[in-house]
Amino acid sequence: MSASLVQELDPEAILLGVEANDREEVIRLLAGRLERLGYVKPSFAEAVVERERKLPTGLPLGRQVNVAVPHTDPVHVLKPGVALATLAAPVDFANMEDADEAVPVGVVFMLALNHKDRQIEMLQAVMTAIQAPETVERLVAAGSVAEIRGLLGTQSGTRSETMGENQ
Amino acid sequence: MSIRKRVLFSCGTGIATSTVVSNAVVEAMKERGIEIDARQCKATEVRSELGGIDLVVSTTQLPDNLGVPHITTLAFLTGMGKAEALDRIESELRD
Repeated sequence: MSASLVQELDPEAILLGVEANDREEVIRLLAGRLERLGYVKPSFAEAVVERERKLPTGLPLGRQVNVAVPHTDPVHVLKPGVALATLAAPVDFANMEDADEAVPVGVVFMLALNHKDRQIEMLQAVMTAIQAPETVERLVAAGSVAEIRGLLGTQSGTRSETMGENQ
Repeated sequence: MSIRKRVLFSCGTGIATSTVVSNAVVEAMKERGIEIDARQCKATEVRSELGGIDLVVSTTQLPDNLGVPHITTLAFLTGMGKAEALDRIESELRD
C-alpha cells in the first residue's frame, strides 16, 4: 500500500519545516507547488481552500501533532499526485467529523486526484501510513526528503523497517 | 447463517473517504457474518438516499433527524477506536 504513496509523492512536492500562520497559507503553498509541477490547474488552490472551509479534512489522531488531507474535485486536477508539508509549528485545521472543533496539524498531505480508484488507493495509503505508530512524529522530525520517503515506505520493501503497519 | 444489510457510506465528496471506510467495514463485517450491500453518497445528499438503508456510516457531519440509525466516525481513517466502531456497527446491524 505505502509503496504506491511514495510513487505518487513527487520529491519536488515535499516541503519540510514549513512556517505557516494558518491552514490557508499551507494549502496555497502546497497547491502552488503542485501547479508549478504541472499536477493541477490554477483554479485548484482556491477550490481546496473553499472546500476546506465547508468540508474540513483535519484528522485527529489524539496526539499533539495531527494530520490533514486537503483535496478537491477532480475537475481542477491535470494528473494525480500528492504533496506533503511538515510544519515547523502546528496550525489549526477543522475536524472532518466536527467542523467546529480545531485540530492542530503538523503534517499535511495534499491530494491531487482525478481518478476515483487512484484516489482511493492514495487515500488508503495515507491512512495506512498515519496509522502506523510514531510515523507522524517521525515525519515531523524528518530532516530530509529521503527520510520522508523512507518513512512512507520504499518500493517493494527494500527496507523492511519501512513497512509501516507491522511496526 | 449470515445476514444481509444495506449500509450507506457518506463523506464530503461521496467518493473519497467514504470508499476507504466502506472497504474497511464491508470486509470486517463479512468476518462477523454480516453481508453488506454498500451504497455511497455525499453527506449533504444522504436524506434522498435513505430508501431501504439499515445504517448510515459517515466521516463527516450528517443532517439532523435522519430517522435511520447513523454513526459518524473517523476510526477507519485514523485507526483510533476502530474495534469499538466495528462493535457499534455490528450491534446496529443486528438489532
